[in-house]
Amino acid sequence: MLFSNFSIDFFIFGVMPYIALTVLVVGSIARYERDPFTWKSSSSQLLRRKQLVWGSILFHVGIIIVFGGHLIGLFTPIWVLDTLGIPYAMKQWLAVILGGVAGIAALIGATMLIHRRVTDPRIWRHTSVADIGILVMIWVQLFVGLGTIFLTLQHMDGAEMVRFMTWSQSVVTLELNAWAEVIDVHWMYKFHIFLGLLITMLFPFTRLVHMVSGFAAPFRYLLRPGYQLVRSRRQKPLPKRGTSKVTPAE
Amino acid sequence: MKVRAQIGMVLNLDKCIGCHTCSITCKNVWTSREGVEYAWFNNVESKPGLGYPTDWENQARWNGGWERTKAGKLHPKQGSKWRILANIFANPSLPEIDDYYEPFDFDYDHLKSAPEMEAFPTARPRSKITGERMQKIEKGPNWEEILGGEFSKRSADYNFEGIEKQIYGEYENTFMMYLPRLCEHCLNPTCVSSCPSGAIYKREEDGIVLIDQEKCRGWRMCVSGCPYKKIYYNWSSGKSEKCTLCYPRIESGNPTVCSETCVGRIRYLGVMLYDADKIAEAASVENTQDLYDAQLGVFLDPRDPEVIAAARADGIPEDWIKGAQESPIWKMAMDWKVAFPLHPEYRTLPMVWYIPPLSPIQNAAEAGAIGMNGDMPDVKNLRIPVKYLANMLTAGDEAPVVTALERMLAMRSYMRSKTVDGVIDEGIAERVGLTGRMIEDMYKIMALADYEDRFVIPTTHREQVEDAYDLKGGCGFTDSNGCSTGVSKGSLFGGSKRPLKMPTEAH
Repeated sequence: MLFSNFSIDFFIFGVMPYIALTVLVVGSIARYERDPFTWKSSSSQLLRRKQLVWGSILFHVGIIIVFGGHLIGLFTPIWVLDTLGIPYAMKQWLAVILGGVAGIAALIGATMLIHRRVTDPRIWRHTSVADIGILVMIWVQLFVGLGTIFLTLQHMDGAEMVRFMTWSQSVVTLELNAWAEVIDVHWMYKFHIFLGLLITMLFPFTRLVHMVSGFAAPFRYLLRPGYQLVRSRRQKPLPKRGTSKVTPAE
Repeated sequence: MKVRAQIGMVLNLDKCIGCHTCSITCKNVWTSREGVEYAWFNNVESKPGLGYPTDWENQARWNGGWERTKAGKLHPKQGSKWRILANIFANPSLPEIDDYYEPFDFDYDHLKSAPEMEAFPTARPRSKITGERMQKIEKGPNWEEILGGEFSKRSADYNFEGIEKQIYGEYENTFMMYLPRLCEHCLNPTCVSSCPSGAIYKREEDGIVLIDQEKCRGWRMCVSGCPYKKIYYNWSSGKSEKCTLCYPRIESGNPTVCSETCVGRIRYLGVMLYDADKIAEAASVENTQDLYDAQLGVFLDPRDPEVIAAARADGIPEDWIKGAQESPIWKMAMDWKVAFPLHPEYRTLPMVWYIPPLSPIQNAAEAGAIGMNGDMPDVKNLRIPVKYLANMLTAGDEAPVVTALERMLAMRSYMRSKTVDGVIDEGIAERVGLTGRMIEDMYKIMALADYEDRFVIPTTHREQVEDAYDLKGGCGFTDSNGCSTGVSKGSLFGGSKRPLKMPTEAH
């Protein structure tokens, strides 16, 4: 009975987010716990510097802005916008401009990185299916994402954006019927969301896990007192000098 | 005063014959794996030359080591924490593998499988990275062996700084020496400081610097941070690796593989006690030529009762204190002052020290013209310019190197006089600020170099700091995946798992 009126929209917007988030969280924890040695950025800079410097910087800076923009844009509660008096249209313009510029930078970077990875035998030889697969998926995602800007420009009142915001936030607040909000949007938006959820799901099984370390690194590094690190095996701290008699251990 | 112990090493370059046994045994034990074929935790360079990786000593190019700000503070030359983080997507100072060399192997099989041909079959090179044919090998781990290549290229050697080098390109004036290199296990390591993940650390108990393979994320800042270029990025595993000072051997009181197998018996290992509170101050003295003295000031005299009491309070085991008192490193670095740090100007306070080599008298043909200083030749007449050695070992300060060379000459002169003429000439010893007894001790340690005199390594006392019961049933030496028994062949995450022989930290 449950599946008698099964709809693909229900699956993608109602069910898949929960599957994706569960796989993301459980998978990442399992990998970090069980196989920390594989948690790495897999840099190929040593093998070939050419095209990496520009490609990597454009891609990473671009995609971090896009990623942050999506997080903030989609998950800022709508009442916050209302309270601050930010018109929806203005927010949409901001998203289009900022996301557009950063997205183009990321797309150029990703194109350079794919080209480098495929054409350089040193790197291609040591590229796994997951490496090239995730890179191509991100490229397509950026391409489609930029493509939706043209659709968005046709309705700059922000209404459609609010629907996406409502849907995203309903996933977090467990309002299970909110999938209906987005069933009649253009297929490009739908595909973009689907691919996004798919990438989320593949996250723990690819080199994407280095994102977590990348975001954690500044905190670790900047909060570390000074520069040096010394590790001790000592299980109990040494008695303070002068407070107790020290007997030499033989 | 915060007393810590460090296993230090001294290499007596005067006895190095350049046989590369250290490099080969090290490679066979540690880096005969995919991803680190190009890496030599220990390598031997012919000097003068650009070395491996090319031009590694030129920090204007590679940005290794520390930089002193006008305010007297230190930050890594490649940038302070913010700059390092900003370079995380692409490290501008990272060498490319071609700066080391593209690893290769030869088609040996072709020698036996080739069909009958007019020409004799040959084994041609093949890249270990791409597996493709290499038309020409451009570089190798020891490309300038015994002064290979043109002088015009080799003479870009950073140690020629301030030397009129053209004459050394002439056949009559040429000179060479060997420089075996490994991780310096510095007191103020830049690799540790550059790691955003905090994966690299110095061990409290013996000062060995290690990379936690499970915490390394492959940001590769350590590779550029290390001025000696002794951290290698494993392009296959995506993690950085380095010389471990063979810590499993050191822990059980054995010398490192490179030291154990050294044919010339040039390597010494021993304990040095140092004051951890003095490191920052010593590393940031203004004048780079004062760094050598500053580092001497960090070492603590293990016979000083105050130091002994402080060492005990800081948990240094008794036999380590005893080891420090008998340390050959202390004798050569502190008592006789014949050993020096390699490039102290990098401000890392390195702990692998070098005794400069003596060399033949220059212009021996003009025997009459040689300047003699008493019974000994003047060190200025030695073939290797003192300035060259000073640039390498004391940031260009010639006086300490001259003293060391004179002492080594005096040792020869004294012992020759004693064994050949049967005369004990205290005058020789006095002239170089030593006593006859000291010279005989020097002779025993440096010339005879018995195994027990070269390696004074107390075993690690983990039982004093850890509850051994907790270690019961632990993993001991493991592959990359710690204690996990979950997956042994193939991994859910990232394809097949290759065995990695790099040990991880014991839990």
